Amino acid sequence: MRRVFVALATALLCVSGSATVPLPDGKQSVIESDVIPQKLSAFGLFPFGPEAPLVSFGYTLRTPLFSDYADKRRFVSIPDGKQAKVLTDGTIEFPVGTVLVKSFGWSDVNGGRPVETRLLIHRASGWVALPYIWDADGKDATLALGGRRVPASFKSPDGDAHTIRYAVPNKNQCKECHSLNGEIVPIGPKARNFVLEPEVAKAVRSLYFENPEALKPVMPQWDDPATASVAERARAYLDVNCAHCHNPAGSASNSGLFLRWTDDPAGVNYGIGKRPTAAGRGSGGMEFAIAPGAPDHSFMIYRLESTDPGIAMPEVGRSTVHREGAALLRQWIAEMYANGQS
Amino acid sequence: MRFHHLVVSFGAALTLAMPASAKTISVSADTADANEKLQEALILAEPGDVVELGAGVWKLTDGLSLDVPNVTVRGAGTGEGGSILDFSGQQGAGEGLLVTSDDVLLTNFAVLNTKGDGIKSKGADRIVYHKLRVEWTAGPKATNGAYGIYPVESSDVLVDSVYVRGASDAGIYVGQSKNIVVRESVATENVAGIEIENSYDADVHDNIANRNTGGILVFDLPSLPMQGGHNVRVFSNIVSDNSVPNFAPAGNIVASVPTGTGVLVMANRNVEIFDNIFDRNGTANVMIVGYRYEHKDPKYQPLPRQIVVRDNQHGKAGYAPAFPGGAEIAAAMGGTLPPVLWDGSGDAIVNDEVGVLSLNLPDMAMPQSAAKPSPADLKDTAPTPLPGITLPESMEARVR
Repeated sequence: MRRVFVALATALLCVSGSATVPLPDGKQSVIESDVIPQKLSAFGLFPFGPEAPLVSFGYTLRTPLFSDYADKRRFVSIPDGKQAKVLTDGTIEFPVGTVLVKSFGWSDVNGGRPVETRLLIHRASGWVALPYIWDADGKDATLALGGRRVPASFKSPDGDAHTIRYAVPNKNQCKECHSLNGEIVPIGPKARNFVLEPEVAKAVRSLYFENPEALKPVMPQWDDPATASVAERARAYLDVNCAHCHNPAGSASNSGLFLRWTDDPAGVNYGIGKRPTAAGRGSGGMEFAIAPGAPDHSFMIYRLESTDPGIAMPEVGRSTVHREGAALLRQWIAEMYANGQS
Repeated sequence: MRFHHLVVSFGAALTLAMPASAKTISVSADTADANEKLQEALILAEPGDVVELGAGVWKLTDGLSLDVPNVTVRGAGTGEGGSILDFSGQQGAGEGLLVTSDDVLLTNFAVLNTKGDGIKSKGADRIVYHKLRVEWTAGPKATNGAYGIYPVESSDVLVDSVYVRGASDAGIYVGQSKNIVVRESVATENVAGIEIENSYDADVHDNIANRNTGGILVFDLPSLPMQGGHNVRVFSNIVSDNSVPNFAPAGNIVASVPTGTGVLVMANRNVEIFDNIFDRNGTANVMIVGYRYEHKDPKYQPLPRQIVVRDNQHGKAGYAPAFPGGAEIAAAMGGTLPPVLWDGSGDAIVNDEVGVLSLNLPDMAMPQSAAKPSPADLKDTAPTPLPGITLPESMEARVR
C-alpha cells in the first residue's frame, strides 16, 4: 500500500513540482507511512490544540535533559491493541506505530503555549525524528526540517531574565543525540528514569505495557537531595544530559568519554584524570576533564558553563548555561578526594 | 474509505521509500534563510544526488550536517567568486559541516572561521574531501577552531587537494580510522599541519606542510576506543619552515609539540618516512618519541616501534630547538642539533646521511630532565616496505 502511495506521489511531483496526495483515513496510517507532512495536524495528534494532544498517556522523567530552561510536556501515542515492553536492561521497546511527542515552551513565552513540538515516530523502517514549530496563531505547527532559531525571552527559576535565539534542532541534529550505532532511538524513556503521570491509572498501564511492573524509576532526581547523594545525582545528570552522545555507540564515541549511568564512575573513561582528545578550545587550557577536588581545573565544568559553540557541551540544544546543573557537578568534583579514582 | 488531502510541495514534504533517479539540488547563497534552506537540502537529498552550493558568501549561524549516503556537495570554487561558507557569526554546533553517512564527496567550496572544527565526518566510510579550503582567516590564533578537516572513525578516507590554514589543533586530522590517503594538499599556519592519530594504514604524500608549529604528526594516544596506530607512510612531502609558535590551548596533546618540528612520530609502529624534502625546521626535521604522560590504560603501547627514516633531503634544522633543555643541548653540540631527534625509546632505523641525536630515555617513566643526549647511529637494514594504500576505485573515480 505504501509503495503505491509513494509511486503516485512521485508521478505527480514530476509533472508539476507540487501535488495533492490522498492520504488514507486516520492518523495511524500517516504515522506508520513514510510521509513527512508539512503540518503537524496531519498526524491527528492535536485535534484540540497544542495543549491537549490525543495520546495514550503522558509521562515525566526523574532527571530530564536541560534545554534552555524550557518546560517540556511528554506524551506517548501507542496504537490501539499494541503494547510496549520493558526489556531486561531497562530499555522500553515501543511497537511500530508509536509516537513520542515532546512539546517545548516557557510559561512567559507565547502565553505559555508550546513553541515547538518534536515527534519521534516508530515506523516499520525505523524511528524518525521530526521537528515542528507552532504557527503564530497556535492552531497548527509547521515542519522545520532544517531547524530554526526562534527568539525567546524568559526567566529562569533563579529569576534571571534571558533573551536567546533558541535553536529548534534540524532533523539531523535530532539524530545526533538520538543515535545508537547510526540508528535513531528514543533517549528519555528508560525504565529507571521513566515516570508515568500519576493520573495514569493502573488499568492504563496494563493496557499499554506488557510488563508494567518493570517500570521502576530508580534513578535519582538530579535536583532533589532527598533522592540520592551528590555523586549519584551528578551521575544521573551526566547520564541524561551527556550519555546519549558519550557512549561507545553514540555521536561522541571517538572521545572515549563515556558517561552512562552504567559506566564505571571511577574509570578514566568517566573523565577522571582523562586528558582532552579532540576538545580543542574546549580544554580551556586544562589538563583533565575531571580533576578531582578541583572543579575550576576540570574542563567538563568549563564546557558546561560556556555558550561559545567551539567550547560548549552539549553541542546541540543549549544556548544558556544550566547554572543549577553545573553547580551540582561542581560540588561533586569539589568533594572528590584527590585520589578520587579509588 | 474516506480521504484526507495533504498538499506537499517539491523538495520539502516527502521522503521516498525507493531511490529516485539522481538529481541536482541547487541552493543559492542569496536566499532568505539560506542557512535553513541549505540544511533542508542536505536533509532531503537522496542517494546519488548532488547538492550544489551557489557562488557567493554564505553567512551561516548554525552548523550544517549531512546524513544521507552517496551524496555530493559541490560548490563553485574555493576562492573569490566561489562558494564561501562563512561561519564568523556561528551560534551553534561544534563544527561547520558534519557528515555522518557513507560515500560522500565534498568538493570545491570553502569553510571559513568556524567556532569549533571546520568539516568533520564521523563513521563516514569512503568519504572524499576534494578541492576544499578550510581557513581561519585571521591566521594563527588560540581562539580558532581545533581541526580543519576532521574525518574520524571511518574506513577509506581520501583528502585530496585541500588547503587548511589557522587550525588551533590540526589542519588535517584523521583519527581512529583505517585505509587513509592524504595527498596533494597544503597545510599552513596550523599548530599541526597534518595529523594521523590512532589510525591504521595511511599514506600521507605529496603535501606541503609549511609554517605550522609541527608539519606532520603520527600519534597514538591511550584510553581511546581505537588505538595501536600502525602502518603509516609519510613520503614525498615538502615539510618546511614550521616555525609558528605553538598556539594550541594547553592540555591538548598538540600543545606539547615544540615549535620547529617537521615530522613527529609518537608511539605507533611501522611508520615509514621517506623521499620528503625537509628544510628550516628549527627543532628537528624528524622526531621519534614515546608517549611520556601518565596513563592508566593497560592495553596501550606507548613506544615507537619499527620506525624507518630513509631517502629524505634535509635542509637546515635544529637551530632553534624549542623543547625544554633543547637550547642547552644545542649549545653543547656547537649551536645546532642534528636533523633527527630520537628520545631513545622503542626502536627506529634512520638511513638518511644525517646526524641523529638520542636523548637516551628508553623508559617512559624517565622525565625529559633525565635526558643524557648523545649522537646515535641508527643505520640498519629496513624491513620489507609497507605495501601502500589502495582506495576503492569508486573513490578515485570521483576525483578524476
